[in-house]
Amino acid sequence: MADFLSFRGDEPTEEPAVTLESFDSQSNASAVRIEPGEDTRELLPFIDRLALVEVNFPAYTDGRGYSAARILREAGYAGELRAVGDVLVDQIAYMRRCGFDSFKPGHPLDEADVDAALARYEDVYQKTVDGSRPIWAKRHQAA
Amino acid sequence: MKILTANDLATGDVVWWAGDGWSRLIVEAYDVGEKGEDIGRREEAARRVIGAYVIDGEQTADGPRPAHIKDRIRGLGPTVRPDLTLKPADPDIGKWVI
Amino acid sequence: MYQYDNYDQAMVDARVDEFRDQVKRRLEGKLTEDQFRPLRLMNGLYLQLHAYMLRVAVPYGTLSAKQMRMLGHIARKYDKGYGHFTTRQNIQYNWIKLSDAPDILADLASVEMHAIQTSGNCIRNISSDQYAGVAADEVVDPRPWAELLRQWSSFHPEFSYLPRKFKIAVIASEQDRAAMRLHDIGLELVKRDGVVGARVFAGGGMGRTPMVAPEINDFVTEDEIVSYVEACLRVYNRYGRRDNKYKARIKILVHELGVEEYRRQVAEEFAHMKTLGLNPPTEELARIAAYFADPVYETGLSDDLDRSDPDFALWLDRNVVAHKQPGYAIANISLKPVGGIPGDASAEQIELMADLAERYSMDELRVTHAQNIVLPYVKKADLYTLWRELEAAGLGEANIDQITDIIACPGLDYCSLANARSIPVAQKIAQRFTDNGKEATIGELKLKISGCINACGHHHAGHIGILGVDRKGVENYQLLLGGSGAEDCSLGTITGPGFDENGIVDAVEKVADLYLAQRNDDERFLDTYRRLGMAPFKEALYG
Repeated sequence: MADFLSFRGDEPTEEPAVTLESFDSQSNASAVRIEPGEDTRELLPFIDRLALVEVNFPAYTDGRGYSAARILREAGYAGELRAVGDVLVDQIAYMRRCGFDSFKPGHPLDEADVDAALARYEDVYQKTVDGSRPIWAKRHQAA
Repeated sequence: MKILTANDLATGDVVWWAGDGWSRLIVEAYDVGEKGEDIGRREEAARRVIGAYVIDGEQTADGPRPAHIKDRIRGLGPTVRPDLTLKPADPDIGKWVI
Repeated sequence: MYQYDNYDQAMVDARVDEFRDQVKRRLEGKLTEDQFRPLRLMNGLYLQLHAYMLRVAVPYGTLSAKQMRMLGHIARKYDKGYGHFTTRQNIQYNWIKLSDAPDILADLASVEMHAIQTSGNCIRNISSDQYAGVAADEVVDPRPWAELLRQWSSFHPEFSYLPRKFKIAVIASEQDRAAMRLHDIGLELVKRDGVVGARVFAGGGMGRTPMVAPEINDFVTEDEIVSYVEACLRVYNRYGRRDNKYKARIKILVHELGVEEYRRQVAEEFAHMKTLGLNPPTEELARIAAYFADPVYETGLSDDLDRSDPDFALWLDRNVVAHKQPGYAIANISLKPVGGIPGDASAEQIELMADLAERYSMDELRVTHAQNIVLPYVKKADLYTLWRELEAAGLGEANIDQITDIIACPGLDYCSLANARSIPVAQKIAQRFTDNGKEATIGELKLKISGCINACGHHHAGHIGILGVDRKGVENYQLLLGGSGAEDCSLGTITGPGFDENGIVDAVEKVADLYLAQRNDDERFLDTYRRLGMAPFKEALYG
């Protein structure tokens, strides 16, 4: 069972994440935590100095964090993007597709179940930020 | 009386707590007194049922009768398909619901 | 119609595998019910009043005969021999075992079907015009766009945990047969200077706070529809209310922000999304559209019909609609026999409709939001034989859009959310208007019944609507007048205090009597109501 999963090649960022509200006044902070309802776009001017963005899922049914993650990746954020909180096996594949590359679940995850979930769908219908070529692109790759 | 009802986890069937286990027949429903919620939680945790809840009812000559129409329909079956109710041969069975 | 390629098939096969694994983990205790519930809902599996209920997707209401036959097979093998066609052009089964659900999904996958996202707080089955591709009045066949959106919305990683469910409809005629403006997003395809694009409406819906969707964009070109809809969804996912599930639909967001502000936010997000390459290429739309190309029609067919049998003539007048191709007709099969259950069909009837589609309708059927079935490609010369076969199977009711063609949700007979039964009220009204002969003279009158305020029976959009409520443990029925889900979209108004089960039948008759006494020439009920207003109807009901 895993308390932490990373799909990055590097070491996880250990710096404690500060709240979005206090991030403004701490010009040396490089780790920040986004709560549902906060506007991720406030971070966009600072993405070059960020090493870690934690996105909190107080309840897995609150899907705002998926948009938050994708917006950061769309803006070119390349640092660690960590889903924390109510992170469950059956949501991890979607989280990966929205740009999350590390996970700190509230309850440990069965790694075999995670691997099975991530391997299950070979292809995807949408273009997002995970680099997967959508089915529509593959269908027309010759053209 | 207080009646504990739920749905069987694997089949979805409507079930009633009969004192020592679950029954598909409302006539076997047992007065759970104040213990219904505890039994319901325990049975859900044991993965035998889902959606357990306690209802009010009364003991009648025909057996336990839930106070609310919704639970009487659960106990009998759809009023518009008498053939699919617990008593398909009884033409007046719908009256038990109303 | 559309056919899966290897990619589409792999997706539904993987889904079967995934759900099999999820059911196994649930039964083993690795998933709690709280964790499992959204997963089963995203596969259309509810816990209802008597059992699990499975809702199977019929994308934009289009089915092949083979698929229809599979629906009959499922009814027979896994259910109690019948299914229920819904107001979202889907079919649901009322008596499903959780342990059978993976096998059912596997059976569906074998005929290119699924139950993906037929429930849950995600993008639901895309609905459309049941006459798409054959209607004389359409600008273009809307189904290629509906299929494009079906694929885009399937397993959408950002939009699978929305504040609430999300329903999209696509139409392409001025006549709206899909209640487009009562959807979270409604798309009306139009042509401007020879270019196809969509008028986009957002924030419509029924439920406890009914709203007619305002237009938020008057023209999005066809190649950018996916990214525009994506922008609409992102604004909703980020800012839709999550504090109160009754205020979580997009209609509340659009209402609270105001149309201007919502439009502005979508435009900003859309401008950003344009830079991301999210839209499938036009070749992909063309690939899909090729599946919806016109079939090879026979030419030189006669348009003559022998109307000497009066029962057949009535069925022609009420159930048969003009086809764009000479010599052909669109035939509606009513699932509203008087005294029957609206939208229900037995396994045998489902299989017979599959056979009839094969023999008389180029292998294709449609499901309508009014819970009826359509055979879209019938030669006029075959109509009489078709009608005879339908009659013999109890499927020949000639009542499309009549007062007995009632939309009704399953109500308290099946639904755990309902407050009152809907089906018995529908049955009593249909019986009353048949027995008193008034059905024959009323003409178009859309009567819609919901058993609770969630409005699955579209009562807000009924010319006459009925809403079942629970009044101190007793079923009570409120009456609404003047709603419409068509191009003249409007929401019904409650007449006043509610009625009991028999009282509501009497009330509907009083309303109909006033209409019959007051109508001008061929005026529809709805038009008479709009001309006269509520007052005389109130007087007739309560005076």
